[in-house]
Amino acid sequence: MSEALLTLSGVHTHIGRYHILHGVDLVALRGRTTMLLGRNGAGKTTTLRTIMGLWRASAGAVNFAGASIDRSATPDIARAGVAYVPENMGVFGDLTVKENMVLAARAGALDEQRLAWIFGFFPALRKFWLSRAGLLSGGQKQMLAIARAIAEDHKLLLIDEPTKGLAPAIVGALIEALTDLRRAGATIVLVEQNFRVAQDIGDDVYVMESGKIVHSGAMDALAADDELQRRLLGLNLDSHQ
Amino acid sequence: MMILSGGAPRGRILTAVLVTIVVLLALAPFLFPGSKPLNVAAKVCVYALLVASYDLLIGFTGIVSFAHTMFFGIGSYGVAIALYGMGAGWLAIFVGVLAALVVAAALALAIGLFSLRVQTIFFAMVTLAVASAFAVLASQLSWLTGGEDGRTFQIPAVLRPGYKLLEQPLFGVDVNGRILAYYLLFLTVVALFLVMLRIVQSPFGRVLQAIRENPFRAEALGFRIIGHRTLANVLAALFAALAGALNALWLRYAGPDTSLSFSIMLDILVMVVIGGMGTLYGAIVGAAVFVLAQNYLQTLMGVAFGALNAAGVPFIAGFFNPDRWLLWLGALFILSVYFFPAGIVGKLRAESQP
Amino acid sequence: MSAIEETGAALPREKTDVWPVLLPLIVAAAALPFVGSFSTWTTLTIAGLAMGMMIFAMSSGLTLVFGLMDVMNFGHGAFVAVGAYLAVVALAPLAVYAQSDQILVNLVALVPTALIAMAVSAAVGFAFERAFVRPVYGQHLKQILITMGGLIVAEQLLYAIFGPQIIPLPVPAALRGSFLVGGAAIEKYRVIAVVVGLIVFVALQLALTRTRIGLLIRAGVENREMVEALGYRIDRLFVGVFMAGSALAGLGGMMWALYREQVHASIGGEMMVLTFIVIIIGGLGSVGGCFIGAVLVALTANYAGYLAPKIALVSNIALMVIILLWRPRGLYPVTSR
Repeated sequence: MSEALLTLSGVHTHIGRYHILHGVDLVALRGRTTMLLGRNGAGKTTTLRTIMGLWRASAGAVNFAGASIDRSATPDIARAGVAYVPENMGVFGDLTVKENMVLAARAGALDEQRLAWIFGFFPALRKFWLSRAGLLSGGQKQMLAIARAIAEDHKLLLIDEPTKGLAPAIVGALIEALTDLRRAGATIVLVEQNFRVAQDIGDDVYVMESGKIVHSGAMDALAADDELQRRLLGLNLDSHQ
Repeated sequence: MMILSGGAPRGRILTAVLVTIVVLLALAPFLFPGSKPLNVAAKVCVYALLVASYDLLIGFTGIVSFAHTMFFGIGSYGVAIALYGMGAGWLAIFVGVLAALVVAAALALAIGLFSLRVQTIFFAMVTLAVASAFAVLASQLSWLTGGEDGRTFQIPAVLRPGYKLLEQPLFGVDVNGRILAYYLLFLTVVALFLVMLRIVQSPFGRVLQAIRENPFRAEALGFRIIGHRTLANVLAALFAALAGALNALWLRYAGPDTSLSFSIMLDILVMVVIGGMGTLYGAIVGAAVFVLAQNYLQTLMGVAFGALNAAGVPFIAGFFNPDRWLLWLGALFILSVYFFPAGIVGKLRAESQP
Repeated sequence: MSAIEETGAALPREKTDVWPVLLPLIVAAAALPFVGSFSTWTTLTIAGLAMGMMIFAMSSGLTLVFGLMDVMNFGHGAFVAVGAYLAVVALAPLAVYAQSDQILVNLVALVPTALIAMAVSAAVGFAFERAFVRPVYGQHLKQILITMGGLIVAEQLLYAIFGPQIIPLPVPAALRGSFLVGGAAIEKYRVIAVVVGLIVFVALQLALTRTRIGLLIRAGVENREMVEALGYRIDRLFVGVFMAGSALAGLGGMMWALYREQVHASIGGEMMVLTFIVIIIGGLGSVGGCFIGAVLVALTANYAGYLAPKIALVSNIALMVIILLWRPRGLYPVTSR
């Protein structure tokens, strides 16, 4: 069993006067991919945003790599080693692909070796390197968003619904890339609606409902238990792809 | 409570303060005889109405307009131009007020449809630009407005000081046309204030406040934000124009300084903030405190200015020159927004919470 | 890195939006038959361009600050006024150089004056941001009220310090007067203003497209949260942009004061209105739009002022209304706003 990189204990988050997270407990282990599943509005995105410091936890603790980050500002959390791919991808459409990557490499210039490694996952980025990112297709933007997150060594990747609205062929490529990343030793927390995808890349799984974790365990176990899936996610695999 | 449309002031001290102000204003001609106190009382009445109409926007709708003096000016110039052109008659007053209301409503509607978006910033910018252009225009079209000199005009004879209503003095005061004019002003303001109370307590007023609190949510609930805000803008403009008309009638004059200058806009802002935004009653308190303070403090500044000049520190004295009144007003305004955003009414209401 | 500096197969071609760029040319061409005389038209056009450049300098910071942080500073005109008064203060000890009829000697007076005006405006901007913008960050209503209050206080402080009278400010000797080109009288100072304005515009464009900070600013205009999630402290970036914008406003104020050859604190409020119209026309947050908007406003004002002085008073508003009818969010709407 590997050690915990990220720990949320009893995290509550309010947005305005709405109480969204009601005591979330979550552990992401180093070198593993942790899936965060649940229906729309269960609080998955809010959980990621709270980790990233984009919402402030009103109670509870967030620990990352041995330090408390629940009072830290977003840039400091990023500097501590957390990369974030938001649901809307956050690509800077007015900038070129290259400029997006230049900004992602905060510490300095991008080195060729790393770029080659990234282009290995996402060849399209090499092709459109000097194009305006706003002109990319949805799938290419998603690739750029993930490429930005791995432009530097980060201890943890937070990725919010990368497959949302993408064509099945692109989803396949994305799964491959994420699997490769995990193999390369990355620690990932991934929000996903698509159970097939989750099943393919997840090691551990948490299921959320109404701002609480209602199930946690190994991905394999959940994948094998149809009854549990139906109860937790109310999903019917055949209609959900 | 029917007359207040269910929107009672709330809070015992606040009620006492408001009752005191209203009673003093109602009895002003007899309690403080003389033309200067009567002018001060009339100014409080006009500004209470003007500030309350501004509160419809800033307090209840949550949007900032810098064009409120423009509508005030439209009302002023409306009656001034009509009475100047048609002579001192009731018909002229009617025509002037009506024309002013039409112009104000049309302009407010146009500005609203153009620039009332979810973001308040855009509206504030556009109103500032339009209001400044209007002020320049009014001072340039001198054939119509009298330019920088403005327009002095006569009002119907019964409202003039020369007209005697009663043969005998009442409580030692000659009841003349001027006093009649004051009561006409006072009662009109009271009536219009009650109408505004009615508006903010109505379903329309509730929707406005819902939009102010959370525009996105209100829109999700199916309320048309732009429609509601535009209507609020038009209503506020109409009340401001009426206040302007009353002011011009009282002064028997309309000119840039009394009805259009940007410093009036600042006065309104200070009064609405000091009184308390979103309360409507704040307008009465704010106007009363402000008008009294203005008369008193400017004199005080004059004294300090003279003393400092005599003491040989003209540089420091420069800051106390009565012409620098706006400096202190601006500073007071900023401090109020920072530290006293609920205003006097909000404070008094909080005090009387159990 | 050179290996990958190649563009591959093309993406869907981007439609370039040229209409806004053509607009000033169209306005200038349309005005020619009405003005009648070519030489008068040339004089008016140069005057319009000069005025446009100065207004651009004053407005560019305002629109960037809004784009980056959703902050509309209603007190931006204060920096313009500060710049104008600094021209008076800083030029006084350098008067000897300003009197010379050698243009290079004049520059010995003007360049330090401009630098001082910009530095002090930037410093005032820093204080203004701390006192009036930061405490009410994110609260639009208070932000509008407080910054407007800040403008009034700043204006009154200038009156208190320098007096309420209009202060004359002569243009340095070698820049006075005009020269004739094909019968058209062109004032020297206006040419200088156009050149300085163009330098400011090009420098701004280069900074925004070629430097890392410029990229960050553009990225921040589009998605502030993501810039922070990449580890950049956007509040520091914002203070920097705010100060740079204040410095440019100060430069614009100084140039405007020399153009008018007089200084009065009311310049702040007057320019405030003009800059608002310009950045609304350009599209809030867009520097390019701001540039075109400034030129358009100034050209229109000059032509209208010549053709129909009475209409000229409302020509700016009329222009704004027409542009907004055509493009409700301005010439170049910034996507995220």
